[in-house]
Amino acid sequence: MTENEIQTPKKEPLQKRILKSIQRDPLSPEDDRGRMKMVMNSLILHIHPTKTSKAALKFNYTFGLGGLLLLLASVLAITGVLLLFVYTPSPDAAYESMIALQTEIYFGNLIRNLHHWSGNLMVVVAVLHMLRVFYTAGFTRPREFNWAMGIALLLLIIGANFTGYLLPWDQLAYWAITVGVSLLDYLPIVGEPITRLLLGGSEVGAATLTNFYGLHIAIIPLFIFGIISFHIWRVRKDKITVPRAIDTQADKERVTTIPHLVSIEFTFVLVWIAILLLWATFVNAPLEEAANPAHSPNPAKAAWYFMGFQELLMHFHPVFGAIIIPGAGLLGLLLIPYLDQDMDSVGVWFRSMNGRWLTVFSANLGVIGAFAFVLVDEYWLDIPGWLPFLPSYISNGWIPLAGVLLLLIGYYQALKVLKASNCEARQSLFTLLLASFVTLTVIGIFFRGEGMAFILPWS
Amino acid sequence: MSTEKISRRDFLNLAWGAAGALAVTELSFVGLRFLSPRATDGEFGGEFNLGSYESYPLGSVTPVEVGRFYLVRLQDGGFLAIYRRCTHLGCAVPFDQASGEFVCPCHGSVFTNEGDVLNQPAPRPLDLFQIAINEETEIIVDTSSPIERNQTSPDDIVYI
Repeated sequence: MTENEIQTPKKEPLQKRILKSIQRDPLSPEDDRGRMKMVMNSLILHIHPTKTSKAALKFNYTFGLGGLLLLLASVLAITGVLLLFVYTPSPDAAYESMIALQTEIYFGNLIRNLHHWSGNLMVVVAVLHMLRVFYTAGFTRPREFNWAMGIALLLLIIGANFTGYLLPWDQLAYWAITVGVSLLDYLPIVGEPITRLLLGGSEVGAATLTNFYGLHIAIIPLFIFGIISFHIWRVRKDKITVPRAIDTQADKERVTTIPHLVSIEFTFVLVWIAILLLWATFVNAPLEEAANPAHSPNPAKAAWYFMGFQELLMHFHPVFGAIIIPGAGLLGLLLIPYLDQDMDSVGVWFRSMNGRWLTVFSANLGVIGAFAFVLVDEYWLDIPGWLPFLPSYISNGWIPLAGVLLLLIGYYQALKVLKASNCEARQSLFTLLLASFVTLTVIGIFFRGEGMAFILPWS
Repeated sequence: MSTEKISRRDFLNLAWGAAGALAVTELSFVGLRFLSPRATDGEFGGEFNLGSYESYPLGSVTPVEVGRFYLVRLQDGGFLAIYRRCTHLGCAVPFDQASGEFVCPCHGSVFTNEGDVLNQPAPRPLDLFQIAINEETEIIVDTSSPIERNQTSPDDIVYI
């Protein structure tokens, strides 16, 4: 090797030298060594290891969700840059740009639809990616901090989506942002200054539009890009989690990344680009009338991913619905990897067969429980009415919260009786809470009509 | 304090550290001030001159569309400038002349003509804006920062 380097380079024709200065390794390597070298020396491919564990290649282990997020981020960056050329961030011109996209600009609607649907899909896929990592225990030592970065990325993705929501400046955008930012207002002490800084005043207006535009096209993408790089770098350093039993057999179950992983990725990306294009061709992104600050629609709903919180706010005192419950949820998510001690079941879906059944059971219980809670609170439970001498933060805050906590503790004890291990019990509790939150979101989106009264979506 | 001498190295480290912290503070202050909300008179966020108080009859509620507030004159002659924004989740609250109440279309909150909560989910009365009366007995409303209140009080009402 070293001898080769000291030798004076062989005389080569100029054309070949130019090509070789750009692409150093042969594009179609003949042996495994060449394939591994190609991965190592390539700017893009070197996010992969030269060899990959066979267990990690199984599609129903990762479902390619992290890769899909990367694809969506790229689609959003490209379509977003295109949209920059036709969009003006001012209340007078923003809605005009939307109309222009629909009527004047070649493929304007397609590009806007691609951007809109990819952005919304990214929120869903980010949550699914998180669930995949959670249920295969991919967050255990030494990957705890990468899990935290993943949560930061999820919050940034929601932030990017939320700031982008305002930009069309139609009724939907204006009031969803008004209601969404008002949720922040309930934070004690810091809520009001943050809201004012974000809105550039006391309500959504021209200053809000320029603020959100700046956040949407510069600040948030920059943070996402930085943290994604760190996130992937950590995955590369720590390697992907695979079941212990396979991991101990060392190199035997490993194959070269080219072609085994790269070909799967290539197919996956092509299929998803086709799906996105078809979707964006046939389903239009919503656009209502131009924003009218004097006229609120009935009902006024936040962006769909905040509907779970808006629904919580209908049942709990604002400080509980907007701060304590979401805050405790976030803290629990960040802490969960540090509590996990059972390394033997890492990399196995739902930890065990028992864990699998408990997860399915907990998910069903969460859906039914949340529905029951909403209906009972809507039609029967009225603690503030029964105990009018108590302040609202006790009758509508501490009392219902204590009730819910007691039920959760009872469920945890019941799981222990059902022979769940510690991590399986935690997993079931997480499933129960997640299923309840998703149910609340669904209720908020579909089961709330005029004046936020409970309705049946099919009647 | 001890009379211990500080070494030249420690002193310089401390001085450079303090200078760095000062630079960060200054730049953060400049950045935050740069991003802080700006306001102009006659636009929402600025001051509004609504003319002589005599042009507002007793027991009237006058919407000021650009200023996003209602000028309320009570039966006893007192004035209130009530911000249009619902204290629940920020919807624009219209005044219902027939019932003499503010009724929020979004989530069903109802307020009296003084802004007091008649029907939840709104957690507190409607916000107010500062009213001043100048020498020509004209009413000046400052919309730069809404005044939040946990319950209504007679002190809220401005008399000539």
